[in-house]
Amino acid sequence: MSAVLHLERVSIALEGRVLIPPWSVGVPPGQVVTLMGPSGSGKSTLLSYLGGTLAAAFRATGRVWIGAREVTEQPPERRRIGILFQDDLLFPHLSVGENLAFGLRSTVRGRKLRAARIDAALSEAGLAGFARRDPATLSGGQRARVALLRLLLAEPEALLLDEPFNRLDTMLRADFRRFVFGHAVAAGLPVLMVTHDWADAEAAKGPVLELGTAADGMPVIGAARVPLAIDAARAAIPIGGDWSPSGKGADR
Amino acid sequence: MTRAAARAASHRLAPLRARSRSWLRCAPLITVALFLAPIVAGLLGTLLPAFGWLPAIGGREFTLGPWARLFSAPGIGAAIALTVGTGLVATVLSVVLVFGLCAQLHGRTPGRAGRGLMAPILAAPHAAMAIGLGFLIAPSGWVVRLLSPWLTGWHQPPDIATVQDPYGIALTLGLLVKEVPYLLLMTITALGQVSAARQLEAAATLGYGRTVAWLKLILPQIYPQIRLPIYAVLAYALSVVDMSLILGPGNPPTLSVLALRWFTAPDIRMYFPAAAAALLQLAIVLASILLWRSGETVIAHLGRRWIAQGARRTRLAPLTRIAAAAVAGLAGLGLASLIDLGVWSVADGWPFPQLLPKHWSAHTWTRQFSMVAWPLETTLIVAVLASALALLLVLGCLENEQRSGRAATLRALWLLYVPLLVPQIAFLFGAQVLLTVVHLEGSLIAVIWSHLLFVLPYVFLCLAEPWRSLDARYARTALCLGTPPRRVFLRIKLPLLLRPILVAVAIGVAVSVDQYLPTLLVGAGRVVTLTTEAVALASGGDRRITGVFALLQSLIPLAAYALAIGLPARLQFHRRQAGGET
Repeated sequence: MSAVLHLERVSIALEGRVLIPPWSVGVPPGQVVTLMGPSGSGKSTLLSYLGGTLAAAFRATGRVWIGAREVTEQPPERRRIGILFQDDLLFPHLSVGENLAFGLRSTVRGRKLRAARIDAALSEAGLAGFARRDPATLSGGQRARVALLRLLLAEPEALLLDEPFNRLDTMLRADFRRFVFGHAVAAGLPVLMVTHDWADAEAAKGPVLELGTAADGMPVIGAARVPLAIDAARAAIPIGGDWSPSGKGADR
Repeated sequence: MTRAAARAASHRLAPLRARSRSWLRCAPLITVALFLAPIVAGLLGTLLPAFGWLPAIGGREFTLGPWARLFSAPGIGAAIALTVGTGLVATVLSVVLVFGLCAQLHGRTPGRAGRGLMAPILAAPHAAMAIGLGFLIAPSGWVVRLLSPWLTGWHQPPDIATVQDPYGIALTLGLLVKEVPYLLLMTITALGQVSAARQLEAAATLGYGRTVAWLKLILPQIYPQIRLPIYAVLAYALSVVDMSLILGPGNPPTLSVLALRWFTAPDIRMYFPAAAAALLQLAIVLASILLWRSGETVIAHLGRRWIAQGARRTRLAPLTRIAAAAVAGLAGLGLASLIDLGVWSVADGWPFPQLLPKHWSAHTWTRQFSMVAWPLETTLIVAVLASALALLLVLGCLENEQRSGRAATLRALWLLYVPLLVPQIAFLFGAQVLLTVVHLEGSLIAVIWSHLLFVLPYVFLCLAEPWRSLDARYARTALCLGTPPRRVFLRIKLPLLLRPILVAVAIGVAVSVDQYLPTLLVGAGRVVTLTTEAVALASGGDRRITGVFALLQSLIPLAAYALAIGLPARLQFHRRQAGGET
């Protein structure tokens, strides 16, 4: 199951203006790669592209792989790439349990078994007995945890984090960070996070890259200028272990 | 600070303001009085004769005689079955097709071109659409001509009942052509209030395709907002008179047509079974709405289980494609029907199976001009006055609501829908009796009032949303500058909301022109509009003359819409953002 999320010379432009320069990166399973950048720089757009929901106005090139499976041309629902958004996007017409059931894969059959899986997920997240609750009655931190649980129950093969900690207050933020990274690493998922908060990058304990602007005004992605006590050695571009860039998909 | 300024302003103009306030406070009351009281009285006026009580024509004791008479009438069972069958099938199909199309388009709204094509179908009166569709699918109509003789081998129109068929298929088709665009418009409006795109994106990252996600996530969220329009369509489809007269079978006809036939029979004693039939019609509508409501509960329950199963695929997927194609087909039929009306009105000899008339001429138009002029004038007067009156009352209610700070509740909205949910025939009988008592029967005023019952709800529904969502800071700013509320209303709110106001009036005109039964019954045959004339001509008249009346009838609402959209641009050409959203 565990496979590398690999971006091969992915670039995105809007009306001729380059937002993301051609970028290649491999994210190994169980590791979090962080892409830093100011708001409006196109970080979220990159995640939309990887998730397959890029708006038609953008022009994107490059290829995206999960292990040996290329997902570049696949519709979003076939990619098995989960995105955790800034908003929890719990469906307001469904209970907490139904939201999770919506995420849980249908290969888990039988109402009892499904309910058991959902209850187990909830109690493990400290939300035991919440299945019948209306999402609107939950606190922000609780909603955020349900959103991640829902995503994990869908058994994605890669996880994208779109500033998911932004909306939470400082106290909850550290808590939820541990929760997200803990689950992602335990599930052996490659994780790509975009954020503008250095604390997020630090907590991720992985390589940190920065989307910045070169002298000629073009955007560049390079190793982050680390302002905090991040181990500089980990700030290098990781190379995916089991992925070989040539040979696959050569028919294109 | 706002309050203080407003109070200061009101001191200077105290008398004026007091007067306008008192009138305003009465606005909701007047509206309800004009609105609900006559309906209740009308229903009573139908209820009593249905049980034998109508002293004016000799009914002085309560009996079940009218009901015995009703149920012993030949073909009554078939009439009831036809009524329930066409009404339910048309409504279920309309709803399924609209939801199917939306699931297929997954939340994207149709483009400008699509909406432009829908507009004439939405605007066209039901009667005109029925007449055009009748022309189109008749044995000698365009559809058969298109296939003859190369495919069918027919050189004469075939002897098949494609219109007024005993199963009500043509009637159901006519209802679909009109109601599907209406429900689609309501659904698109409701879609604007949920963040469909974000939720579909979230569902996609969980592995859901957009069609399934739309059905599981978006539909349950918007359904409560389109419930009332669906009930209105259900009530309408079950009790429609003009479309049934034109497209429905004659013997037995639908229940409402049967009631109308007895009601206008020369034998005045037929009034009793007619009232019973009208009451039965009301019972059928109420029972159907209850049935629909319980169906909603069952489907909601099953739907929740379906959602909780987590299935990413659905066998419904191919159905949504069929639904989308069917909606496109219905739109094509609707547009072709309207074009057919125009072609017939300028046809001069059109032998079967030629696709187009042999000669074209404006003879029918010029020769019919004197015939058309009077009903046209009446139609316009009634439509404009009913819409203007509705606008006054609605603006009064909305302004009162804003100044008193009390928003109308959902229950109030249901009250507004009463005339759209109660079959017209059930209270118009009684209303006519009432009007006879006050000597207003057959007067223009009475007809305008009867139209107001149906115009007002639509004008309110159109205006309430833009009115309430107008940024309150505009009015507050003006009040702070010392402008009295009356002037704020006239100089700030009205100009800012000019576009939605004009659109609401145009819709009011369209609804008024649509009314057949109120004009016929309340007008007592003395108030003749294009609508009553067109329906009368449709039964066996000259197609060219019928075409002139029906086309003209369709052109009035279209012209009203064109004016509503064009006028603000002309009046406020130097203001880019004024005029409000539509």
